[in-house]
Formats: sequence, C-alpha cells, structure tokens
Amino acid sequence: MTMWRMIGVVGLVVASIARGDAAEIAPDQRRSGLSFMAPETQAMQSDDTANPAMLAVLDGEMLWKQKAGAANRACADCHGDATASMHGVAANYPAYDDLLARPVDLEQRINLCRVRHQQASPLADESRELNALGALVARQSRGTPIEAGGDVRLAPFVANGKGLFMRRQGQLNLACANCHDDNWDRRLAGSAITQAHPTGYPIYRLEWQGMGSLKRRLRSCMLGTRAAPYQADDPEMVELELYLMSRARGMSIEAPAVRP
Amino acid sequence: MASALINVPATAKHGDIVEIKTLMSHIMETGFRHTETGAVVPRNIITDFSCRYNGVEVFRAELFPAFSANPFLAFFTVATESGTLEFRWAGDNGFS
Amino acid sequence: MPEPHATRRQFLVVASAAALLAVPWPTLAMPDAMKAAIRDVVKGAVVRVGKVKFDVPPLVENGNTVPVTVSVTSPMTDADHVVSIHIFNEKNPQPNVGNFYVGPRAGRGQVATRIRLADTQTLTAIAKLSDGSFWSATADVVVTLAACTEEAS
Ligand code: HEC
Ligand code: HEC
Repeated sequence: MTMWRMIGVVGLVVASIARGDAAEIAPDQRRSGLSFMAPETQAMQSDDTANPAMLAVLDGEMLWKQKAGAANRACADCHGDATASMHGVAANYPAYDDLLARPVDLEQRINLCRVRHQQASPLADESRELNALGALVARQSRGTPIEAGGDVRLAPFVANGKGLFMRRQGQLNLACANCHDDNWDRRLAGSAITQAHPTGYPIYRLEWQGMGSLKRRLRSCMLGTRAAPYQADDPEMVELELYLMSRARGMSIEAPAVRP
Repeated sequence: MASALINVPATAKHGDIVEIKTLMSHIMETGFRHTETGAVVPRNIITDFSCRYNGVEVFRAELFPAFSANPFLAFFTVATESGTLEFRWAGDNGFS
Repeated sequence: MPEPHATRRQFLVVASAAALLAVPWPTLAMPDAMKAAIRDVVKGAVVRVGKVKFDVPPLVENGNTVPVTVSVTSPMTDADHVVSIHIFNEKNPQPNVGNFYVGPRAGRGQVATRIRLADTQTLTAIAKLSDGSFWSATADVVVTLAACTEEAS
C-alpha cells in the first residue's frame, strides 16, 4: 500500500468516528458505481463498441458453443441461445444450490455445469474463460432488476454476509460499512468510495487492464484494509457477495461494466 | 484467441462521413516492466493497424507501448461506394 | 498480477490544448528523446501552433486508459488534407505514442484512442498537412502521485 493511500485511510477513520457507524443507505439513496465515474469512463461503458468488457462477451459467445469434457457437450447444447436461456439469470445470483445446500455465485454455477453436466474440470478462478462465460451470462441480465437473496433458504447466509460487511477487520480495523455505508459520498485520495453495489460484474477495471469478478474486486478492498482476503471458495466470500446483491435488490444490472 | 469489436454504420448515403470504431483484445505488454526477480517482461504489442475500403487504404496507425491494453481506435472515412472494409492488426510474436 | 491497491495512479489535467496556444513551440523543457522523436517526423520543418485540437479529459481516473482525441481543422479535399497525426509524450519510457495516417478518403482529420501515461507530463500532437506544413497542440497532464511500477508476476 502506498503512503498516500495510508494517509487517505487514516483521514477516513477519523471521519467515520465523527459521523458514527453503520447507517444503512436508504433504498431511494442507492447509486450505482457508474454514477460516480468520470463522463469519459461512463461513455466507455455505455458504448458497446468502446467497452473493452464486450471483448470478453465475444469470447464467451465462442466458448458457449465449444464442446467440452467427457460428456462432449457445449453450454449451447443444453441451454440453447444464451440471449434467451440466460435472460435475467445473473440478477438471481448467488443462488441456492440444492445439492450443496448453500448459495453458489455465478462463476461457481458455471463451474458446477462444467463438472456435473460436461464432466470437465472446473475453470480456474479469474481465468479468461470463466470471466468470458460470466460476462456472456451477466450481459443477458442488463437492465434487469437484482433479485438475489429472495429465496428463504438463503436468509441465514444473507445475515452472515451482512455480519461480515459490518465487522471491523484488518490492520486498519475498518468494516466495509465504514467506507461504503458511512462515507460513500467521500473520496479516498482520488477515488470515489461509492456504495459498493455489485451491479456490473464481471467488470473491466482500468486498473487491472482486464476483466475480474466481484470476488477479485472484494479481494482488492480487503487488501486495502490490510485484512487477509477470503479465497474464492470460502463460504464467507459467497455470503458477502450475496449480502451485497441483496443490499442492491431492485437496482438494474449493467454488466459487463467498466470501473476505474 | 483474439477478438475484435468493430463498429461501422450498416448503411450510409454516398458522401457521408462515417465514424469507424475498433477495439482489439490484446495485452499490449510494454516491454518496460520487470518481474519480481528483475527479469524484463518481453514486449508484446500490436505495432500496426490498417483499414482498407474496397482495397484502398483509408487509415493506418503505428502503435507504441503507450497504447492502452485492448487498443481502441476511432477514425473516419467517406462512404464512397458499397463494398467491404478490411481491418488488419499486426504486431509482435507474429500477431496478425 | 499484483492486486491494484499498490498501483494506483491519480491524474489531474490542469490545462487543455486550447489554453496553451500561447506557449512557444518547441518549449525548452522538452526532453531530448521527445525532441529527437519529433525531429524524425518533421525532418527540420517549422512546426506552428494551431489547427490542431487535443482533447484529454479534465479528470483522468486511471493512467492505464486515458482517452484522447486529436482533431485537425482541414477541408480534407484531394488538394488540401491532413496526411498524418502524431502523438508524443515526455515521460513514458518511449516518446512516441502513435502515428496515424489519414488522407482525403478519411473525410475528417481526426483520431481517437486510449493511452497509458506514467507520470506528470505534457503531451504533444503534431499534424502534417498535404502542403507539407506541420501544426501542433499540447496538453498538460498532471499525475498527482507518482505511479508505482506495476510489477509482473
Ligand atoms: C448437459 C447439459 C448442460 C450443459 C452442457 C451445461 N449446463 Fe448449465 N445447466 C444445466 C442444468 C440441468 C442446470 C440447472 C441446474 C443444475 O441442475 O445444475 C443448469 C444451470 C445453469 C445456470 C444457472 C441457471 C439458473 O437459472 O440459475 C447457468 C448460468 C449455466 N447452467 C451455465 C452454463 C454454462 C456457461 C455452460 C457451459 C460452460 C453450461 N451451463 C453447460 C445443464 C447444462
Ligand atoms: C477504506 C475504505 C474501503 C473499505 C474499508 C472497503 N472499501 Fe470497497 N471500495 C473502496 C473504494 C475507494 C472503492 C472504489 C475504488 C476504485 O474505483 O478504484 C471501492 C469499491 C468497492 C466495490 C466496487 C463497486 C462497483 O461499483 O463496482 C465493491 C463491491 C466494494 N468496494 C466492496 C467492499 C467490501 C465488501 C468491503 C469489505 C470487505 C469493502 N469494499 C471495504 C473503499 C473501501
């Protein structure tokens, strides 16, 4: 972590103490990360031929039709045209998986299809292929309101995720909520803090010069507070994703988004 | 696997000036970065781009490492006749 | 690839090309490598300030992807058109950013792209016209904090 960011965080801790903790954002006050971006970055996202994440969607379209695994089936063999079969799907993820009796996020669902239905090995976390298929599926929910977390079986997991969001952690002893509920209208050095609504994942992040899932984004925030980040398959990671999605319920999916 | 996004208006009137936008998937590794052990990460960039309109070059670019990853180029051409636009990206390691 | 917390760059563009038209060209502060790169293009010709508009956003959110547009005032006819547009930078390891060859078939002497900027610097755009003249504009980009070099892994 660079010196300036340390300073930024220290300033912020003081600010959050002064303001008190954990005021949840009222539904009508919620704003997508898009609205905090510079006009040029917004323009990059909203024009499909300027949005670099659309290259991942294009890759996803190719992979969708590729046969894989011992079953020698392509995603398309079972799901047909993604624009129809995947419409609105990402707005419901993470979703409850009956066999595992716990929530799985979109990437995990895709990998479950790889393993259960294609009899292929799972795609690596953050691999080009997994983010490409994720981008293709998420693209089909653009404009769809987020509905994740509605399933009653998910309630305890949402509650756990909320606990994680509110809990102070890391060397800087900051909770996600200290930044994203209490100080979302401020800046951390040059960056807008934003409300952390996961409306656009997977995203093309300018800082990464490439694609990344929500898990990758959350890991950056956890590293930023000098906390040990959860791994992709840790139950805490999915619970946090699930809480973020349910916290954004009703907001429109804008995937695949561009973020600074 | 290289993917490109190209945006050209599907139709145009004779004489219209139309904008062409292209986005090519490429890491554009600068050749100026080092690994943690100090080894240089070899340069791997697209160096040349051209657009031909029914065989005639209407735009060409030479790219350097300062181009962002997934290079984006937007330029113009006059719609003169119906036909094909041909785009070519070429670069390090035989990329084309 | 390392996680991004250590590699953030913040940029602030303090002046656009239009505000800098009064600056004599070339400025004495221009680094030798950039002067040499420009010399390779203009081959001793006089470069005048004008005709070129260089747009860099007022708030650059990340130096990895800075959208820039260069537009040149020209009728773009067979007799009078832009031949080429060149972008140079002072502080990246290499002074050239891009060379763009247009012509009467382009209809408009304009190119837009996205570039990487590693540090506070002045960018220069130069256009060559069909009469052999060269025109330029500059844009100052201030990097408020030095970029950490992103280490590959
Ligand atoms: C052999 C048929 C088959 C193949 C091949 C297959 N799937 Fe599936 N997929 C299913 C079934 C069945 C389900 C319902 C959940 C379950 O039983 O696993 C499903 C569910 C899904 C879902 C969740 C849909 C929802 O409404 O929640 C997604 C997303 C998905 N698949 C993506 C993919 C992708 C991407 C691929 C290719 C990598 C793929 N699937 C390959 C059969 C298949
Ligand atoms: C010190 C303040 C701080 C803390 C603590 C923090 N974040 Fe962030 N977070 C940020 C900033 C700043 C950004 C925007 C960064 C950027 O654009 O470069 C961000 C971005 C995000 C985003 C992306 C939103 C979008 O529009 O795509 C999500 C999601 C997120 N944070 C979730 C979390 C979670 C979950 C935690 C707790 C584990 C957390 N953050 C902790 C400062 C913080």
